[in-house]
Amino acid sequence: MTFRVGDRVRVSDRAHEGHHRTPGYLKGRSGRVELVHGEFTNPETRAYGGDGLPEEALYQVVFARDELWPGAADRTYVDLFEHWLEAA
Amino acid sequence: MSDHDHDHDHDHDHDHDHDHDHDHDHDHDHDHPHEPIAGAESAIATRARALEELLVEKGVVQREDVRRNVDWLVSRSPADGARLVAHAWVDPDFKERLLADARAAALELGLDPGPSPVVVAVENTEQVHHMVVCTLCSCYPRALLGPPPDWYKSLPYRSRAVSDPRGILDEFGVELEDGVELRVLDSTADIRYLVLPRRPPETDGLGEDELAALVTRDSMIGVAQPA
Amino acid sequence: MERAVHDRGAWPTAESIDRSEHELADWELLTDALVHSLAGEGLMNVDELRRGIESMPADEYERASYYERWLSSVEKILTEKGVLAPGELDERLAS
Repeated sequence: MTFRVGDRVRVSDRAHEGHHRTPGYLKGRSGRVELVHGEFTNPETRAYGGDGLPEEALYQVVFARDELWPGAADRTYVDLFEHWLEAA
Repeated sequence: MSDHDHDHDHDHDHDHDHDHDHDHDHDHDHDHPHEPIAGAESAIATRARALEELLVEKGVVQREDVRRNVDWLVSRSPADGARLVAHAWVDPDFKERLLADARAAALELGLDPGPSPVVVAVENTEQVHHMVVCTLCSCYPRALLGPPPDWYKSLPYRSRAVSDPRGILDEFGVELEDGVELRVLDSTADIRYLVLPRRPPETDGLGEDELAALVTRDSMIGVAQPA
Repeated sequence: MERAVHDRGAWPTAESIDRSEHELADWELLTDALVHSLAGEGLMNVDELRRGIESMPADEYERASYYERWLSSVEKILTEKGVLAPGELDERLAS
């Protein structure tokens, strides 16, 4: 569990072919860890018949409106896996 | 999928635990015609049935198991979510437990929280209003709310819930007071979110069942206030 | 960056929300139940279901109804795994 509540993180904007659960609208954007959900199996490998192990840290990250666009919610919360996040 | 507590064990497939116990309010007759008369059945319906037949013949799935799953799905309704909300409204300690762990709180009331390992209830207050979406597909706390409405799964909702949530609230007739912070939650992983809406004013005299009757499905998604 | 067709958050649209609802048809309940049975048998998990849906050609994805996407994915994943022979369902329907 690399990140803690309150840490500022940036969502990777690397290209990723194939199934993953990091929405495009967040790639390259920065937010703050709001919750540490715990560890979960990796959907990126389960989607191709794998068992999704080892489990990986999943975080709820909050993005303020000015991180996104004027019409966004004041705060947007998204659940993201550790390997998509880097310290910001 | 599987049953869990917080140190979950992930055998989960999709939404459904085969070991659960249900109170069925009604019998769902598998052959009950929701679509037009047999013979005028749509191509897609025929295709789905043919697939089931094929898989049953091959012994890949058991027909009884499929029927049990249909029964479970039709047994789901927002009444369960409404019970959670109403109880939280009358019992502040329960409310705290609900906000800490909605799965456990549901189990406490004898409700089926579904296979998701984590269910989180988020509380609307004078200062904050929440709205839930799954931009990538249709993730939804259906054990507690029943199947999601078509609009929740629609492309415009999935797009605009993050780009224009206030526009969506306008369309749904929700007026937020000035200064209320709008929060949108995008269900991208295994966590399922449920909104705990605000208790309507002038409801002090109402019993828990009457309160539950005010809690609409849409208020637990965040696109409506309770009646 | 180009997006996959299912990745709809903030996808450009001004479309209003059609709030009409429909009760799930029997075939839709059946499709949902079938996926759960397959999951219970360890033959297909939710991530594979999603992956199958996401791999639909973009125009098909956008045209298809929700459970049509599921059905398409089930066929794709089961064929991939050899549970179904390629074209087996079509052949069955034609016979």
